Amino acid sequence: MFKMLNPKRFYHAVGKKKFLEFLLFAAFILFFYGPMLNMLMLAFANEYQAPAILPQEWGFKWWEYVFSQDSLVSSIVQSFIVAIITTIVSMILCIPAAYSIARFKYRGRKLFMLSFLLTNAFPKLGIYTSIAVLFYKYNLMGTYTGVIIIHMINSMMFMVWLPASAFRSVHRQQEEAARDVGAGPVRTFFKVTLPMAVPGIAVATLYTFLGSMEEAQGTMLVGMAKVQTMPVAMYGIVLDSSAVQIGAVFAILLIIPSAVLIFAMRKYIGPDAIAGGFKMK
Amino acid sequence: MSERKIKLQIKDMTKKYDNGDGVEHINLDIYEGEIVTFLGPSGCGKTTILRTIGGFLDVTSGDIMIDGKSIIGLPPEKRPTAMVFQSYNLWPHMTIYENLAFGLKLRKTPKATIEKDIKDILELVSMPGCEKKYPSQLSGGQQQRIAIARSLLLKPSLLLLDEPFSALDAKIRQQMREELKKIQHDLGITVIFVTHDQEEAMSLSHRIVVMNKGKFEQVGTPTEIYDHPATRHVASFIGEMNFLKAADDKTIAVRPEDITVTEGSDGSYTGVVRTIMVLGHYVVVNVQHGDDIVKCYVDRELSERLHIGDPVSMQIGKHNVF
Repeated sequence: MFKMLNPKRFYHAVGKKKFLEFLLFAAFILFFYGPMLNMLMLAFANEYQAPAILPQEWGFKWWEYVFSQDSLVSSIVQSFIVAIITTIVSMILCIPAAYSIARFKYRGRKLFMLSFLLTNAFPKLGIYTSIAVLFYKYNLMGTYTGVIIIHMINSMMFMVWLPASAFRSVHRQQEEAARDVGAGPVRTFFKVTLPMAVPGIAVATLYTFLGSMEEAQGTMLVGMAKVQTMPVAMYGIVLDSSAVQIGAVFAILLIIPSAVLIFAMRKYIGPDAIAGGFKMK
Repeated sequence: MSERKIKLQIKDMTKKYDNGDGVEHINLDIYEGEIVTFLGPSGCGKTTILRTIGGFLDVTSGDIMIDGKSIIGLPPEKRPTAMVFQSYNLWPHMTIYENLAFGLKLRKTPKATIEKDIKDILELVSMPGCEKKYPSQLSGGQQQRIAIARSLLLKPSLLLLDEPFSALDAKIRQQMREELKKIQHDLGITVIFVTHDQEEAMSLSHRIVVMNKGKFEQVGTPTEIYDHPATRHVASFIGEMNFLKAADDKTIAVRPEDITVTEGSDGSYTGVVRTIMVLGHYVVVNVQHGDDIVKCYVDRELSERLHIGDPVSMQIGKHNVF
């Protein structure tokens, strides 16, 4: 059994191509998971001095520290508040827009769709600066509303495009069949069209939520330190190099919602779903 | 059927699309318990008429009445019609039971009745016990059966079928036709069927409406249409037909089975054998007659004596002149 761990034996057992693939894969894993492992280790290291491989002292000291700091705890709360409101409001605004793009033909429909791309095509900082000018005028600087608007601008493209293609993959006959057996237009939408588009909408919602959770640039600019989400708080921590462990703890806290959501929606996520899949023969 | 009740009446109905296509001045009465087929090439307007009856298209002018009441102002959900589409009839996120029960639940039917009705209707379309399956677990033919069952469950005044079998294999299509005809006979419902397949129209219908370019070319029973096509288009669209040039710019239309082929060249229509194809119990012989190629059905016995290039004469039996 252990003889097989000899690289030479392994090479001859699986062949040259497989062996090279294995090496490449191993290198990829190392690059990909290496930093993550390091981060995990740091989060649970009470004491750590750079050249050592393993921490001098393990423990939950930094977790206790993070949760004892009111400003850090409040940043976690604020992050969730902003992300949840951003997701709900963009669903309310974007899903009807997506439906209209998918179902109705009107002048300027293409332009309307492309307009969502524009916000993602320009350098973000430029957009934020010009938005800030407007926000000052309407007293939105340093408010939740302002930050949520910024987050929604970032997520709108996903939130309109993905559900639109999901709606488009619902065949008209399927809606007409519902009308035919006696459902009105509203009931048809909620009982037939929407449930069939759910996978596409779920993926878009996931993107929106996760995007909002990790948005820092715009939040920092518009939030003006009054609205401080986790990524914004992290900037402060990273700049203070004396305690890299806090950054690690924060990173893990940020990963948890992503990991939970991606796990919950693993069925829907994939190239097919992103391409607006969920097709039936 | 001496006292026949009119089920559906279309009165001077016109539906024009923005691009100018559509149907104009359509008049038709359909009687209770009839299967009427709209037959024509794609784009002839047959589906347009069906969709105006189902409520999926507004009419530009004219009226459509069911049991003497106008229905043109009603949305699809308020009309006493049920429609089966070519495909994508079922909702993939619902089980077969949920698909079938959807319309009944909207009508506030008691649960026990729904369960019994669904059991009975699945029996009728010979698919018992598939309530818990999802549409994707069924074949195309089975899905269409469920779609028909769902329409029948609502006891529609009029069943509208929009090429429901055209996506199926030839063999299953044949079987579905027979089943549909049996179900229609057992329940006595009125059916409007749209197809571009003349064989399907011939085998299913009590009456056929042959359409071309938004107009009715002929309305009649399958035998009337086969034996006495009103126009050249109808003649060429239904069944096999030979067109022979005659005097005064007239054309003689004759079916292959109405031509008697004899050896030798002493008849009024003569020609040379071009091809011989054995199709089982009969043989198709193509005869070159002047510039025309004439298709004839010949029995096996005669065909064994014929060779390519042999002179033959043809006697024209039943025919039409255009």
